[in-house]
Amino acid sequence: MIALLAAAVLTLASETSAGQPKPPLAHATVPARGDAIKVGGDLYALHCLACHGDKLQGTPQAPGLMNSGAASVDFQLSTGRMPLEVPGTEPMRGPPSFPRDQIDAIIAYVVSHGAKGPDKPAVHSNGDLTRGRKLYEENCEACHGATATGAVAGFGWLAPALLQSTPLQTAEAVRTGPGIMPKFDERVLPQADLDALAAYVDSLHHPDDRGGYSLASAGPVGEGLVAWIAGLGITVVLMFAVGETLKAKPRG
Amino acid sequence: MIRRLVLALDDRLGAVPFLRHALRKAFPDHWSFMLGEVALYCFLFILASGTYLTFFFHPSAHHVVYDGTSVPSLHGRTMSDAYASVLRISFETRAGLLIRQAHHWCALVFAAAIIVHMSRVFFTGAFRKPRDLNWTVGLTLLLLVMGDGFTGYSLPDDQLSGAGLRIADSIALAIPVVGSWVAYLFFGGGFPSPEITNRLYAIHILFIPLALGALIALHLAILWRQKHTQFPGRGKREDNVTGSPLWPTYTVKSLALMAATFGGLLLLGGLVEINPVWLYGPYDPWTIASPAQPDWYVGWLDGALRVAPPWAMHLFGHTISALLWPGIVLPLFFFGALYAWPWVERFVTRDRAYHELLQLPWQNPLRTSFGVAALTFAGMLLLAGSDDIQARLWHVSVQQLAWFYRVGVLVFPPVAAAIAWRICVELQSRHAYEEDHPARVVLKRGGEGGFEEEPVPTP
Repeated sequence: MIALLAAAVLTLASETSAGQPKPPLAHATVPARGDAIKVGGDLYALHCLACHGDKLQGTPQAPGLMNSGAASVDFQLSTGRMPLEVPGTEPMRGPPSFPRDQIDAIIAYVVSHGAKGPDKPAVHSNGDLTRGRKLYEENCEACHGATATGAVAGFGWLAPALLQSTPLQTAEAVRTGPGIMPKFDERVLPQADLDALAAYVDSLHHPDDRGGYSLASAGPVGEGLVAWIAGLGITVVLMFAVGETLKAKPRG
Repeated sequence: MIRRLVLALDDRLGAVPFLRHALRKAFPDHWSFMLGEVALYCFLFILASGTYLTFFFHPSAHHVVYDGTSVPSLHGRTMSDAYASVLRISFETRAGLLIRQAHHWCALVFAAAIIVHMSRVFFTGAFRKPRDLNWTVGLTLLLLVMGDGFTGYSLPDDQLSGAGLRIADSIALAIPVVGSWVAYLFFGGGFPSPEITNRLYAIHILFIPLALGALIALHLAILWRQKHTQFPGRGKREDNVTGSPLWPTYTVKSLALMAATFGGLLLLGGLVEINPVWLYGPYDPWTIASPAQPDWYVGWLDGALRVAPPWAMHLFGHTISALLWPGIVLPLFFFGALYAWPWVERFVTRDRAYHELLQLPWQNPLRTSFGVAALTFAGMLLLAGSDDIQARLWHVSVQQLAWFYRVGVLVFPPVAAAIAWRICVELQSRHAYEEDHPARVVLKRGGEGGFEEEPVPTP
């Protein structure tokens, strides 16, 4: 019970941090590479160092970033997952805390300090939707859901909705495997497949709800609720209208 | 006009005595007696809409390559003919999507109407002798509707269909000793078999609808013969039947209800999306989506599978699957208890008399608490069946929720039953008090100017 309460408080905290846009920090534009590393270093010191360590080595609170790279840092920062308001909570998608140039500066800083992870992946916009859908059904929907609305991934983890994920962010997540997500590198998922997958996930942003109101894509659960409340409800209202009730007649 | 029609029929059939009797038959006025009629109209609607769908559906597991353009992300994909024909029904057939959706909505409302109707019959004691017979017919109707719903859910061969059938296959395999034979016999081989779509189709559109039609006819024939029950009240006795005559009063009421049912279902079918199989994709046995749920009337069984402990064991050289308890033993017990209840109640209360007058739920605490416990039990299992969706909604661990439901399924029903019992007893004593102490008195002013109370006899 206490664990439940604590979890509720923590998720609440992370929700508020995700919900409110954090004010972007005022910094000059980034003119040159050397300056970018310096600006990135300042930002890193302010927002990342406390948990990830001064040499990217990590602390008991957070992993080191030596195996990280441009793809991972860009994914975590551009989806607003990092920096975490409360260390140790599950990173959730939200508005990014930094503008584009500052994210690039932090990437430059981290890479210049020897982080060896994959670089930002290339994504081409001509991905094959049919191929992408098959790949998605075989590899992604077990956690993210058939309509990419997200689902539970066990032990308190959530597989997030992908309805805002840009093709680049999708590709970064596939290549770096953030959180408990598996990593799919070039040998497992060639470039053409990555393009196809990113294109299909992008197409899910506007689901083809030709049948009418989609009930938040909650599937048979939402449908059951509607059947009881609206479907049976209409008829019960009519029954009340034409039938009688057991209202006690006044005595005497 | 009716008169002329009746006379014409009478000339040929000598039907006037029957019709005079039939059209004057009294139907009860209380609204809850119409719940069963909604189920009846759902049956008519599902039969009509389903017939339309059979014109276009291909019950075939034969593989085809989708060359349509309605779903770009499926273009060029290999899929079963069944799934492809559902896509054609949804996007290329006139009114196809409307009818398909209304058909599915109807199945959900059908089951809900039956359960509410059954609850009315149960909690008012309408199932007592001589209607215990019809109670068993009605319960069988519910089982048939659940079966027809499940086979229908399995026909489009989309991902949810396949996942549901996979679970059905596993439960069949869990039958002790003969499980593998039963599963192979039913599926025509190992899962997934190319035979299953044809077989489900025959069951869905032929066997179960026939059985439903026959049993509904029997249900109504018994009702016609035994007549309705009625709530106690002024002028209502064990040996009479009151209400409005079938023609014209009740006919108009009932036709209005039919129009509302059909209209509501078509509105839902046109406005609210249900089972968008083109979003779920064709079934491949090695894929599964999350969240994945059955339709609600099967949801409680899915919930039982989710929360049941993994009790597998080996006995006398046979494996007893962990699915045996939630998948087979639990539904058998649950429905067994419902079938047996009229006789259990007779045995416990030693009441073997005929009953034409209904009771109010508080008048029979034993029955009411049993009903409340059964509904709470099934309701908790139904909730457990969507534990993954709740976990996402409330940001809690799905494992913790499973434990909550494991305990809740055992603890809540007796607690709810105890509360129901208490409420019934309190209401009983209040009614007894009111009987003894009539609330209204007549004040009489005497010639001296004083007042006197005179109790009014209760009617």
